[in-house]
Formats: sequence, C-alpha cells, structure tokens
Amino acid sequence: MSAPSRSFSVLPGFRLTLGYTLAYLSLIVLVPLAAVFLKTFTLTFDQFWAVVTAPRVVASYKLSFGMSLLAAAINAVFGLMLAWALVRYSFPGKKLIDALVDLPFALPTAVAGIALTALYAKNGWIGQFLEPLGIQVAFKPLGVLVALVFIGLPFVVRTVQPILEDLDTELEEAAASLGAYRWQIFRYVILPILLPALLTGFALAFARAVGEYGSVIFIAGNIPMVSEITPLMIITKLEQYDYAGATAIAVVMLLLSFVLLLVINGLQAWTAKRTGRSR
Amino acid sequence: MPHANRVSRLLRGLLAASLLSLGAGASAAEISILNVSYDVSRELYKEINPVFAAQWKAKTGDTVTVNQSHGGSSKQALSVAAGLEADVVTMNQSPDIDILVERGNLVAADWRKRFPHDATPYTTTSVFLVRKGNPKGIKDWSDLTRAGLQVIVPNPKTSGNGRYTYLAAWGYALDKTGSEAGARDFVAKLFANVPVLDGGGRGATTTFTQRDVGDVLVTFENEAILIAQELGGDKFDVIYPSLSIDASAPVAVVQKVADKRGTAKVAEGYLNFLFSPEGQEVIAKQNFRPRDPAVLKKHAKQFPPIRTFSVDEKLGGWSAVQKTHFADGGIFDQIVVNR
Repeated sequence: MSAPSRSFSVLPGFRLTLGYTLAYLSLIVLVPLAAVFLKTFTLTFDQFWAVVTAPRVVASYKLSFGMSLLAAAINAVFGLMLAWALVRYSFPGKKLIDALVDLPFALPTAVAGIALTALYAKNGWIGQFLEPLGIQVAFKPLGVLVALVFIGLPFVVRTVQPILEDLDTELEEAAASLGAYRWQIFRYVILPILLPALLTGFALAFARAVGEYGSVIFIAGNIPMVSEITPLMIITKLEQYDYAGATAIAVVMLLLSFVLLLVINGLQAWTAKRTGRSR
Repeated sequence: MPHANRVSRLLRGLLAASLLSLGAGASAAEISILNVSYDVSRELYKEINPVFAAQWKAKTGDTVTVNQSHGGSSKQALSVAAGLEADVVTMNQSPDIDILVERGNLVAADWRKRFPHDATPYTTTSVFLVRKGNPKGIKDWSDLTRAGLQVIVPNPKTSGNGRYTYLAAWGYALDKTGSEAGARDFVAKLFANVPVLDGGGRGATTTFTQRDVGDVLVTFENEAILIAQELGGDKFDVIYPSLSIDASAPVAVVQKVADKRGTAKVAEGYLNFLFSPEGQEVIAKQNFRPRDPAVLKKHAKQFPPIRTFSVDEKLGGWSAVQKTHFADGGIFDQIVVNR
C-alpha cells in the first residue's frame, strides 16, 4: 500500500479529517478507556485476579455474555425477517412499522425496563398467561434475555435493510428461471450477499447488550449467582467506593467484548471476501 | 444627530437603572445552595425548603433558593467527592458522609458534633409491610425465615435501606440466639427467601406493591407509612417487629464548598432549621420520626413505640460493619453465594 497522503486524491481535506479523527477518537474513546486500565494498576495482580474471578463475578459474565449472544442471535433471525417484510412487501401501516423499529433507540432504557417488567410480571398483561404455564420471565434470567432482545432489535434491521434494498431482483429471477426453488434462491443467492451485513448487525446488537444496564436491572431480579449482570457487579463496587475493583471488572468486560467483536469482524470480512462483495 | 443622542440617553438610563438594582441586590442577597441527598428524601426536602426560605427571609432579608439533588445515597456521596458542588449533604447512613471527610477533606472531621443528636435531625426504622389482613401471619423477624415465604428487600450492596434491613435482622438474631453463628444462620435463611433484590428502596416498593411479588416488604417506616397512605390502607398493613434498627439520617455542611461559595452561614442555618420545631413538624408530617420530644408526642399515633438498637452500640460502628458484612467476600457475599 502506498501512503494515501502522497497519492493525489481528487477529494480535499485528508490532513484535516485524519487529524480531527485522531484527536477526537483519543479524547472521546482512547483516553477514557486508558483511564479505566490505569485505575486497575492500583491493584496488585493477585488482587486483580481475585476480583475478576470471584464466583459471583464469573456467574455474572456467564449471564451477561451468554444472554447477549443469545439475544443477538434471536435479533439476527427476527431482525432479518422484519427487514425482509419491510423491504420486499408493501402493506398498510408499513411506514409506521418502519418508524417503530427505531423506538428502542430513542426510549430511555429505564422506561423500557419498567414497561417490560410490568408486562411480564405475574400480574402483567403477558405474564399472567405465562405464569400458569410455568414460564416465569420477570425477575428471572429469561427476563434479562427479553430486555436484551428489545434493545438490540434496531441494529440488525437497520444494517440489513439497505443491503436488501440494493439487491437486484434480477438475480433472483435469473435463479428462478434456471429452476431454483424459492428456498434455494434464498439460501444460495440472497443469504450470502446479506451475511456480512447480518454479522455486522449481530455484532452491534451483541456489543450493545453486553453493556446494557438501565433496562435489564429492573427485570433481572438481581439474585447473586443467578440473575446478576456484570454491569451490576461494577455498580455495586462503585457503591462501596471501590473504584479499582469496579474498573478491574470493566477491563475484563472490555477485553472479552473486544475479542468477541474481533472474531465477528473477522468472520464478516471472511464471508465478504468469499462472496466476492466488499460490502 | 438628535436621534442617536436620544438612543444613547436611553441606554445610559437603562444602565443606571440596572446598576441601581444591582446595588439593591447587595443589601438583600439572592443566594442559592445545593442540598445533595438520597432517594426517598425528595418529598421531605420539597416541603422543608420553602418553609426554611420564608423563615430565612424574615430573619435576614436574603432570598434563599435550595436546589435538590437526589439519587442512591452512596452514588450521591461519590458525586460530591468527585466535585459536585453541594453546600450541604443529607444522607441516610453516616459512611456516606465519612467518605467526604476522607476524600478531599470536604466535610469537617467532627461533623457529628456540629449539630444536635450526632447531626441526625430525624430517624426511621425498618418495619414490615404485608398484604391486607396479614394472610401469612407475619409478626416478627423470625417469621421471615419460614420456608416458602417470599421476602422483598432492596439489595444491601447498592441500597442503604437494604443494608439497614440486613443489620436489623442480624441484631435481632444476635439477641435471640446469643451468637454470631446463630445470627449468620438466621440471616442466611432470611435471604434465601428473597426472590428479587432491587437496586433501591423505591424499586423494592414497586416490586411488592405493583408487581405483586412477595408476602412481605421490609423497608423504612416512612416508606411503609407512605405506601399505606398513597396506595390505600385497604391493601397493605404495617407490622412493627419486636426489635429493629435505629436508622438515623445524618447531615453535614460541605465546608470546603460552602466556604468557597460564601454560603457557609446559610448552609448552617439550613441544617439548624431541620432541628427547629418548625422543621421537625415537617419531618413528622413526612413520616420520619422527629427528634424533638414535643413534636414526637404530638404525632404519637403515627409512630408507635418500637425498641431499636443503633449500629454503633450493637454492631461496633459503621466502618466495622462495612468491613465484615458488606465488603466483597464479606458475610453478605458468603451468604448469598452459597444460598
């Protein structure tokens, strides 16, 4: 790769935008994150290890990361279906539904949490029907999943939608004229093209879910070893004025999330290359 | 140019007028102070502030506006330690003020001695709220450990209210069994009956009253009375256990901030007002137990006598309690991890 600053781009502003990008990213992202790491250095390694491997904390990783992955997977499937319906078909109220998809972005998460809890508690609109079936949602790990699915939904829909819109129906028609079944067309023509975007949406929904606090805290029940999310462990440390302990857990969360996102991004790049599309 | 002249004369007049009004302001100042407090004291201080402002104006001629900031007690203390410019802090447990002595020397080390009753203008205690008619027959702490009973308590790790509940149960069991091991066993049994740990007192209230979860809610007396009043006495009963904890709410002037902002006198006057008969009257109306015996007597119907113990006299003070019970790996953690 030749240095891009040397090549003569027709567009102006390379130095300005790069300088701005670096300064802005440092100020908003890198410096605060560095501060998180620095704060943990006030602990010895043994102390750090004791904090981040405490049984309660480990149980919270399992819940937070497990439920976040599951919620992102659910969103990938149903977000794709939603985007599909919105792009491919026209029906009354389509514009309205399209706007509704973004609601989880705009709503304060605490409001979402309280509303979901009210719905799924045993005397709630939905909960009263689930409870007799032996399905408890509110105040159980399942409640965490519901909240995380709610907040992650727009990510998948909004990343897949534009790709679907750009998709030429001619490709599908060609496949059909060659005798492919509908399912085959979806599986071999459409899905490979959508996959990179779908993975991006999955990654975004996952990342959002891991850090989510506001909505989950109301519906989780917060029982140690069962339904405590990792962000709650951080909050309880802060309540005890234990900055270093709180940042230690934050560091673990950051690293785990970073590795997972890296894997997902790698997967996405790989599928993009394989299907011959660089998004 | 006569026109321009007229304009400049007008401007000069305006300037003079505004200078005059500034001068007038100097003799009767407008002061604002910030009271950083915990969650459920919001209604209390909303009532206190106008009464205090009126009294202060009559006394000094100054107009005082008291701004309020509410949130979880410890979180509020952290904000003040991190630079939120509070003139006074009014918390629900003394560690939240001690931290301001430790961090940045914001509060004078002898803050407990600066006001009467160890700087606690009122107190409350942990009581039980049960569903109307008390279907499970809950009378005392020992009932809360019965198998199959659901107890709603806020999280002791994130809520002062929850911490008091835990300690009240501990103190009761200590009396009953006479040993630390017995107390530990008792509290472990109680917390095994807790299906939901809300972040704060209000969350627990919602879970119990709105979501219909649990047989009994353990919370502060003022919150229990408020629920019984607000949500209808036909739905809930307040039960007083045989022994509970003395939860006194401590207050302090954030000296460093008040000195810098020149509000030390008002801040002190504000906190002193809490101990005055007028202040105590508002406190009683908001369901907190007033310190003034005369005011307490007047509201005796609202506050049935209850035997209480304090953290200092029975449990060796807050810093010891914090270390043995609520620190990471402390007794509370051991209990809930192995339940």
